[in-house]
Amino acid sequence: MKIAIVDYGAGNLPSVERALRKLGAETERAVEPQQVASAGAIVLPGVGHFAAFVAGLRERNLTESLRAAHDSGVPILGICLGLQAMFASSEEAPGEPGLGFFPEEVSALPTNVKSPHIGWNQVRRVQESALLRGIPEDAYFYFAHSYAAPASAAPTVAACDHGVSFAAVIEHRNAKGSLFGVQFHPEKSGETGALVLRNFVESVRGERTESMT
Amino acid sequence: MTLARRIIPCLDVDAGRVVKGVEFQGLRDMGDPAELAARYNVEGADELVVLDISASHQGRSTFLDTIRRVAEQLNIPLTAGGGIRKMEEGRAVLLAGADKVTVNTAAVQRPELISELSQQFGAQAVVLSLDVKRKGDSWEAYTRGGRDATGLDAAAWAAEAVSRGAGEILLTSIDRDGTCSGFDCELTAKIAATVSVPVIASGGASTFEDFADVFLKGCADAALAASIFHMETQSIAALKKFLAGRGVPVRTSR
Repeated sequence: MKIAIVDYGAGNLPSVERALRKLGAETERAVEPQQVASAGAIVLPGVGHFAAFVAGLRERNLTESLRAAHDSGVPILGICLGLQAMFASSEEAPGEPGLGFFPEEVSALPTNVKSPHIGWNQVRRVQESALLRGIPEDAYFYFAHSYAAPASAAPTVAACDHGVSFAAVIEHRNAKGSLFGVQFHPEKSGETGALVLRNFVESVRGERTESMT
Repeated sequence: MTLARRIIPCLDVDAGRVVKGVEFQGLRDMGDPAELAARYNVEGADELVVLDISASHQGRSTFLDTIRRVAEQLNIPLTAGGGIRKMEEGRAVLLAGADKVTVNTAAVQRPELISELSQQFGAQAVVLSLDVKRKGDSWEAYTRGGRDATGLDAAAWAAEAVSRGAGEILLTSIDRDGTCSGFDCELTAKIAATVSVPVIASGGASTFEDFADVFLKGCADAALAASIFHMETQSIAALKKFLAGRGVPVRTSR
């Protein structure tokens, strides 16, 4: 099964790629819609500005192909800005639509705490999580962001607090397929982060096998 | 749930080797950057900083190669910088595998560099490297590796850099650097209270107590040191255990 890592023209793809390959996953950098369409699973990494990110996807005709891939059952993992892009919009770029898998708006972290939220933090489990399977409750994950999706969003399986409760891990399964998202950087979160990626790879391998039988 | 205070080893790199500046004696070789990076990654470092201290024009491609080799060893964040003058140089550092880029001299000369990098890569990718010396009751910012006084008040410049989009401050006390007399906690607390972004304290680290002080009294978000880690006089794991005992939240698992 090939994992397409969406290349929207910026962002630190090599570290995500390296982390997945260490787990034995076959990866491909997807710059064109058909690469997204034919993938077994999709990883959507993102750093930087929400507007640049969604514009980068749109200019490469990847927005529609990501929506279509989800509709046809391809699991997607959004990392950091990639998670944020799964929501309808962001306060960082009013008027720029996200992928809209979830209806909420991504908001700026409050001004009473240090922002960006940079460093290693813990998360609070609120629902059963496939991505966090086998990871201790007190484990740390590396965050680097100034905006976040609300913890009250339906797919939130783990929340983090930094001035406000926000979605640290999201998971959503419907008749079409699975959506996963992490606000932290698993590729930068040491052994714990590698376990999150392994859980993703194993989870989608299981799903693809099921759907083929 | 607590945001952990970070321990960050720093590699000063010249011509592809980790070096340590020795007063009046030039540079001492401390090893291969990728080897040291691999060691720190395993020992529990929370992040790694790699600085090009030669920052010469011809050394640029060597430095990018060093970043690539170091990044391959890591599953923790990497910050790199030294002599970054243009947006394209910043991009090259990030594409080579760094997550954040530091700027100093060029940002003082042209503060728009911070805005440009921040708009392109996000505030979380832009670190202002702030080298300061005490001047009476305040501190003055220096550039060119501590050689040139800028006339800028350190706190005022830090605030401006943050308003332009710097997401972190790497604060080095030139007075304390290399003295092993401890971090300048007064300076760190002053800058931490001035800006809304995390502050990484640097310069003067020697004992575990110095690290406890800079977190508890200096309100630092992270502490950086070089030679005490390279020389293996202090292990990161032992330091973190000590800090946890002093009530400083640290990441002890990997």
